[in-house]
Amino acid sequence: MNKTAVASSAAIPPARKKPVSQRVKEFIRDYKRQWEIQSMVLPGIIFMIIFCYIPIYGLSIAFKNYTVIDTLSSAPWVGLENFKIIMSDEYFWDAVVNTLGISFLKLAVGFVIPIILAIMIYELNMGRFKKFVQTISYLPHFLSWIVLGGMLITWFSTSGLFNELLLNLGLISKPSNILLDSGKYWWIATLSDIWKEAGWGTILYLAIMSKIDPTYYEAAKIDGASRLRQIWNITLPNMKSIISLNLILTVSGLLGSNLDQTLVLMNSQNRARAEVINSYVYRMGMTQGDFSYATAVGLGVSIVSVILLVTANSITSKLNDNQSVL
Amino acid sequence: MNRKVVKEDIDSRIFDAVNMILLVIFMVIILVPLWNVIISSLSSGKALAEGGFIFWSKEFSLENYRAVFNDSSIGQSFLVSVSKTFVGVFTHVFFCAMIGYGLSKRDIRGRKLYVAMGVITMFFSGGMIPTYLLIKSLGLLNSFWVYIIPALFSYYDVVILMNFFRNVPDSLEESAKIDGAGDWHIFLKIFIPLSMPAMATIALFNGVGQWNDFMTTKLYITNQALYPLQMKLYEIIVQSQTQSMQNIGGSAVIETTTKGVQLATIVITTLPIVAMYPILQRYFISGMMMGAVKE
Repeated sequence: MNKTAVASSAAIPPARKKPVSQRVKEFIRDYKRQWEIQSMVLPGIIFMIIFCYIPIYGLSIAFKNYTVIDTLSSAPWVGLENFKIIMSDEYFWDAVVNTLGISFLKLAVGFVIPIILAIMIYELNMGRFKKFVQTISYLPHFLSWIVLGGMLITWFSTSGLFNELLLNLGLISKPSNILLDSGKYWWIATLSDIWKEAGWGTILYLAIMSKIDPTYYEAAKIDGASRLRQIWNITLPNMKSIISLNLILTVSGLLGSNLDQTLVLMNSQNRARAEVINSYVYRMGMTQGDFSYATAVGLGVSIVSVILLVTANSITSKLNDNQSVL
Repeated sequence: MNRKVVKEDIDSRIFDAVNMILLVIFMVIILVPLWNVIISSLSSGKALAEGGFIFWSKEFSLENYRAVFNDSSIGQSFLVSVSKTFVGVFTHVFFCAMIGYGLSKRDIRGRKLYVAMGVITMFFSGGMIPTYLLIKSLGLLNSFWVYIIPALFSYYDVVILMNFFRNVPDSLEESAKIDGAGDWHIFLKIFIPLSMPAMATIALFNGVGQWNDFMTTKLYITNQALYPLQMKLYEIIVQSQTQSMQNIGGSAVIETTTKGVQLATIVITTLPIVAMYPILQRYFISGMMMGAVKE
């Protein structure tokens, strides 16, 4: 008894924690003292609990057999049953193939173009034209996918711009709607995405490039380095970390292809090559009401996405001299 | 030596010329389709039926726009779009600023927990179905508030505002405290007016998002009176697509009328964003930079 009194009155080493009851008391005391500032944060905490954490808890229906008459807690547990069905569901695997196909095309083509475009804009010497190019290149980003989808559908219709152009050039003899041709869908999805986002993707790169020390370029010029060599040896190395960061984020999003784009461009003719995982979740859950199954698909995808994020981060950090970019 | 300099100069000029030409091609690829949509929407049905590339209106006509505005539901949708964007942006910015201000105080109790909770929301979510079930049990299905309440908060925006508030000099707050001002008073009277640039950036980004959003309607709204323009346009597109697939080679008149209406609706849906564009552009670059600082 005497011992504890001594211990508590003496200066306690910082490593030792105070008893829980005392810490709670202190917390309540401080909370009351800070009530004004706490009242600003509290709505945010309540929001997160309701709109972020309750749905995360709701993922448990992936392991249940949830029907419309059930509540979250009354639905019976079925373990991994839903995941077993996924494994033998060929529509799901079609959606996986399409998602990966479209995402890899977008990654292979769409990742490089903004970098090249940013360098080209950066190399422009005329201030006014440079501003004009930037202004125009950002514009498509602000159109919604519904608007762009509507535009694509009119252009690709049999009497539309696209067919007219090919007919006049003599490349085809009969007009056809390529949006109904499932074999071309991956390219339509990829190229329309690039048209919309390439210019917008240059902003960050241009911001980084504006911080490169101009004396590097002057020194290179004196050494007789050509413009291309300057780009290769000065501009690109300076962009390395932001390029890796973008790459990580793109790779981790490989499985989440654009739902808006798919919903507006998909039709009964091209479904076989257009259905992606997200639209499949939408169809199974929202249209067919199979909530448990759709949630299981969504959960599987998020788990794989997190694994991709971690893997991509560790690979690029090895490439960047063990410095994690995330 | 002299010759070498001249050669480099020529190389550099060739580089500039090629660069120029490629960028002009890039401009054409972006601008021509947009121009084509605008001009086509201003053409008569006859001109549209003739087809061909429309670069300049062959037969100027406002009939497409008249058809769109005769449909009273378009006006209603416009109203829904405008009101959900204005209400949504205002509440979102205020809500995020309030939380960001609270979290910008380093001595606030429980700060570590709050930040951890926020960061987790950036990487994990329940996904489509659990969120739908939540919205349903909250009674937000087919309610205007489904556009506003779930969109109130974004931890990303909270972080940007929090960092901005931290850069405000401490002395301002201290002198206000000495005068007896409370935290709410300081936040509303000092920090909000000082943070207008940061809040305007977030407001513009969020506004574009709200205006363009269509998934919220697709998931949670079945009442046509609550359809925003994007959803209305989506319906017109889907409708015309099934129509043109059903009568391949069929009535060309129907196809061109729906085409004209579709084009006019596209222009009307996009116009507010393009009209805002000069104001937007000034802010969004600094906004992207603010986001980058965090990374």
